[in-house]
Amino acid sequence: MIANDSAGTNDAMARERFVYALRLGDDALILAQRLSEWASRAPEIEEDIALTNIALDLLGQARALLDYAGTLEGASRDEDDLAYLRTEREFTNVHLVEQENGDFAHTIARQLFFSTYQLALYEELISSHDDLFAGVAAKGVKEAAYHNDHATQWTIRLGDGTDESHRRMQAAVDRLWPFTAELFESDDVERSLAAAGIGVDSSTLKSRWGLAIAEVLSSATLAVPETTWTSHGGRRGVHTEGFGYLLAEMQYLHRTYPGGKW
Amino acid sequence: MSQLWEVFVRGRRGLAHVHAGSLHAADAQMALRNARDVYTRRGEGVSIWVVPSSEITASTPDEKDPFFDPSADKVYRHPTFYTLPEEVRQM
Repeated sequence: MIANDSAGTNDAMARERFVYALRLGDDALILAQRLSEWASRAPEIEEDIALTNIALDLLGQARALLDYAGTLEGASRDEDDLAYLRTEREFTNVHLVEQENGDFAHTIARQLFFSTYQLALYEELISSHDDLFAGVAAKGVKEAAYHNDHATQWTIRLGDGTDESHRRMQAAVDRLWPFTAELFESDDVERSLAAAGIGVDSSTLKSRWGLAIAEVLSSATLAVPETTWTSHGGRRGVHTEGFGYLLAEMQYLHRTYPGGKW
Repeated sequence: MSQLWEVFVRGRRGLAHVHAGSLHAADAQMALRNARDVYTRRGEGVSIWVVPSSEITASTPDEKDPFFDPSADKVYRHPTFYTLPEEVRQM
């Protein structure tokens, strides 16, 4: 295809926006899938409903973002194609959201880390020049604020609770800490979109996130872990071991009965 | 540990809080959040109260007769002897 310079720039920008929409959509989709695994298994029915409510909020965000990604890509893939017919290496979510639920404390630690990040992200993305990103952020910022509050309340109660709940909460924070660095790794796509006022350079969110997390952990009498190693690669489609099993469960129905509706 | 809470939800401005049900929570703040998740998922509320169930003093079935029967034969306490003007649609 022969394109003039400005069309070429637009194509590149559409490609970057596609990659970006896919990233944000994958983060939300995969965390929604993990949280929905709690359905019927949470410690009490109230919490069962709370976790699956959060999952549904995230699924709503994922649907809007993946639908938009499909439009930007221009290859006639809709949200279902992107969610159910991509393979492991084609997903670009961060490792944090694909980590197994573990015990309740692990789920809460994962929620605390991710919702604090997503809240900061959406607060910035609200002013995006891209109407869809700005719209998802405007709706999502209220949802993320609640998810963050939910995780904060539980972190404090478990951390500052009994010896057993404190031990488990600290173990969960320590276990998931290495997966938080990846949230703030920006790359050319993010920097380019940030410069154009469309996306957010996630590295700029790190200090705000660190302060907020330190405050919650301190209220919860928990220690901020030392960073030893960090996990990377989700944005490039390299995932951790449990991810394949998650996809198998999430995609099974759609792959077995393509296009099935009920 | 978890205790029982009674939940009251106000549907919109101007209405009273109405008992919606009960739930378990470790403390008042968590009860409020659980109430939000359990009882306002479909846009039912603009305000929530939670009250420890143990703080509610309730009438007992034994008291039913002395409490409620004496009011049963006092029809003059109902405003049914007035003719409402057309313009007043609801009383």
